[in-house]
Amino acid sequence: MNTQATLMASLPYIVLAGGLLVVMLGICIRRTHFVAWSLTMVTLIATLASHLLGYEALGEGITVTMLIHIDGVSYLFNALFVLAAICTAVIAYQYVDEKLRFREEFYLLLLAATFGSLTLPAATHFVSLLLGLEIVSISLYAMVAYPEKVRGPLEAGLKYMILSVASTSSILFGMALIYAASGSMEFAQLTPVSGSAEGDVFYLLGHVFFWSGIAFKLSLVPFHIWTPDVYQGAPSIVTGFIATVSKGGVFVVVMRYVMESDVFSSEAIAQAIFLIAAISMIVGNLLALQQRNLKRLLAYSSIAHMGYLIIALFLVATQPSIGFETAIVYLAGYFVMTLAAFGVITVISQGSDSELASIDDIQGLLWRRPIPAATLVVSALSLAGIPLTMGFIAKFYLFAAGIEGEMWTLVGLLVLGSAIGIFYYLRIIFAMTAKPEGELDSVERGSWTGISAVAVLGVATLALGIYPTPLVDFVQTLVRVSGF
Amino acid sequence: MNVALLIGLLLTAGLVAWSSERFHKSLPNWVALVSFLIATIWIVFVWLNGPSEGGTYADQSYEWIPRFGISLTLRVDGLSLMLIGLTTLLGAVAVVSSWTETQTRQGFFQFNILWVMAGVVGVFSAFDLFLFFFFWEVMLIPMYFLIAIWGHEDKAYASMKFFLFTQISGLLMLVAIVALVWVHYDIHGIITFDYDTLLETELDSSVARLLMLGFFIAFITKLPSVPVHTWLPDAHTQAPTAGSVILAGILLKTGAYGLIRFVITLFPEASQEFWVYGMGLGVISILYGGYMAYSQSDFKRLVAYSSIAHMGFVLVGVYSFNELGIQGAIVTMIAHGFSTAALFMMAGALQERLHTREMSKMGGLWVRAPRMGAVTMFFVIASVGMPGLGNFIGEFLVLLGAFQKNVLLTVLAALGIVVAAVYGLSLMQRSFQGTPNPDVPEMKDFAFREMSVMVVLMVGLVWVGIYPQHVLGMTDAILPLLGVVP
Repeated sequence: MNTQATLMASLPYIVLAGGLLVVMLGICIRRTHFVAWSLTMVTLIATLASHLLGYEALGEGITVTMLIHIDGVSYLFNALFVLAAICTAVIAYQYVDEKLRFREEFYLLLLAATFGSLTLPAATHFVSLLLGLEIVSISLYAMVAYPEKVRGPLEAGLKYMILSVASTSSILFGMALIYAASGSMEFAQLTPVSGSAEGDVFYLLGHVFFWSGIAFKLSLVPFHIWTPDVYQGAPSIVTGFIATVSKGGVFVVVMRYVMESDVFSSEAIAQAIFLIAAISMIVGNLLALQQRNLKRLLAYSSIAHMGYLIIALFLVATQPSIGFETAIVYLAGYFVMTLAAFGVITVISQGSDSELASIDDIQGLLWRRPIPAATLVVSALSLAGIPLTMGFIAKFYLFAAGIEGEMWTLVGLLVLGSAIGIFYYLRIIFAMTAKPEGELDSVERGSWTGISAVAVLGVATLALGIYPTPLVDFVQTLVRVSGF
Repeated sequence: MNVALLIGLLLTAGLVAWSSERFHKSLPNWVALVSFLIATIWIVFVWLNGPSEGGTYADQSYEWIPRFGISLTLRVDGLSLMLIGLTTLLGAVAVVSSWTETQTRQGFFQFNILWVMAGVVGVFSAFDLFLFFFFWEVMLIPMYFLIAIWGHEDKAYASMKFFLFTQISGLLMLVAIVALVWVHYDIHGIITFDYDTLLETELDSSVARLLMLGFFIAFITKLPSVPVHTWLPDAHTQAPTAGSVILAGILLKTGAYGLIRFVITLFPEASQEFWVYGMGLGVISILYGGYMAYSQSDFKRLVAYSSIAHMGFVLVGVYSFNELGIQGAIVTMIAHGFSTAALFMMAGALQERLHTREMSKMGGLWVRAPRMGAVTMFFVIASVGMPGLGNFIGEFLVLLGAFQKNVLLTVLAALGIVVAAVYGLSLMQRSFQGTPNPDVPEMKDFAFREMSVMVVLMVGLVWVGIYPQHVLGMTDAILPLLGVVP
């Protein structure tokens, strides 16, 4: 193995880890919010840039020990996660400045979580899967509960931690059982020694535990109960990070797992996942109908979205290139619109004691705060999958994938789910267009960094929806280069 | 003709109108009016110049998303040109009709009107199925805003219902489109959404039937036909005047256009087999729409239900599968665009003056506003099907065509004309005739602004009614594609 190439390919990890240390040392030397934030931004941007440098050395992909396999696709996801982290950091600045007592460590946790998420797309082994997963999760416990004097985040953090640890144990136990059946922990060699998956109790039972844990992390029904509470309790900007990077990371590693271990060749497992996807689409959408709090609403809608995404997971098993392409485009779209939605909640809540996330709080928002409100309109339309937005391109990909894989039931449910989704997304928009009571006061308050960041996300949602060709071509090229 | 430029003009005008609000309150109105007039004049010139050798007025194609073989293919033939002309003309009418009605956020209002119209022009000229679906949805969102923001008392319910019906049926169409593309891909190995290429897809009859249904449901929802018509009375009644004019005048026509352009040409055999259902639904819509119209006490709702009946004639005409029927359907589309736009404008004018749409609170208005009375009389008679006006030609041709296909259904459809006379005259009787209602306050008659628009619409109806050859001539190009030899 070429050492130099390996080092170059791992450059993003090295840069990010180095930056993390710098930020930590910086905080030790002198606590300055702005400096810590700037160092974080520099680190994240440098990490993003290092992907360009490392890409030269990548070729078809480089295997670093048996744990990690870095290729174009993992780079693509890395870039996505780092971009999400950058958005989070930019929008979070004002919030951290205003609401938190110990400001600097927030960024440390953000960087650590990002580092964990970068491990996931490249993981090819149970150990690296678990490592990445836990680095993300543990950083997130702290981030959720970060405003330590406030009841909501604290409760959410505790809930998230206990349940998440339980799910990790379930994954671990599952891994142990699968190991017992197959004698390996590498994704590619997980076929049961006995030959047939159906008769192997250890193998099947192991997957029951493994997938339960994974379904928890992805908040799929029936392991979704934590989602609305944590979404609501956590600071909006952290919720946005959980909804995007944490879930995206888990989904990516599961995709690689499905592709390499060929687990869906077992009929029973495939059917169980199919059922989970179907129920998630329906239940997520139906429960979202009842919500009057934006964050809870987005929590339930995220359950449905993850259900939709399982269509791509099924396609990964049979046609990896299309499956990965679909998943990347869908996640990219989902990231942009979700971050925009939570970013808007963060931005409009500035200067008020509690978060303005109920549907009553956003009455007439379009006339009071035009820029964040317009972004939220775009984001809601995008989540509903209406053309002109990235969400439509993403959904279109799923349609194409579902029809390509002849998953008619899931496509039908996707249509049904999208139809139900329109109800609650439109309710958000309708509330914002309502005539405000009293005098009009359409002055933008709050920080321009936050407002411009959400505006950029809104514009990106539209731009990618109208002309997705560059993104689509880029993704397709990278997926091909990575040899899927 | 450069359709992309026309769409671009409307989109840009929308943005300009929105931002011009800050300079003067009525500036957005002028921006919108002028752009619609420019567009209309442009189309008249294109029409006078005649088509190119291929029979088209415009043919453009640009790459868009090559990964899926999606391109921006815009083409305008006779049918499209006529409908685009109607669109821009009614755009101007809509702007004038709501000149004083909306007092708040003029800029955003005109922005939405211009963008709906841009979407509609796109729908009428898209020859790439993805692009068609794209425009189909683009016209939906601004329309939703028009109802949701400037609508009347029950706007939340109405706008939601409108959006849901259109969106769900649209998604079915999207699945059908993608499935059609994938069937084509399986056979020929090329992913493309190009209309011409997909025309040559060989489909099993069972697959064709399913895919046809996906399109059919989307289009009859928009048309609308029983049983998916229930969004229409609500949306129409609650929408602001300009919204109703656009909805009835233009948006309903996109459904009819879709049936003619896509359902019949892409799935000829499956559609032929389906004729009895298509025609049957049309007849039911005619009778049900007429019956419901008669039982309304709300001026606007009555006109809304009468639209369902008129669109029933279009459905009957299209599914007769002969020259007369299809030409009749197209003439009905145009004539209905004129007559219903005028009636909705009248409803809006009455509501602005009397603050009610209830006919029980009207009565004897002719005395107070003779010009309004005369205008209403004209359009009611047109809508009833008086010979010499456009609607008569359309419905007469439809019945002639349908008679060759099935006598019983034709007889039932013809009954619809009798019903139309009943509800039309009852509308007139209850609002403008009879004893003057003492509770009605003094009301202003139509002034120059309103009369000028009404005169334009009247001229249009008389023109189509006396010399329909202009409209019929424009349909020559499409008829062979429908398997109908002229």
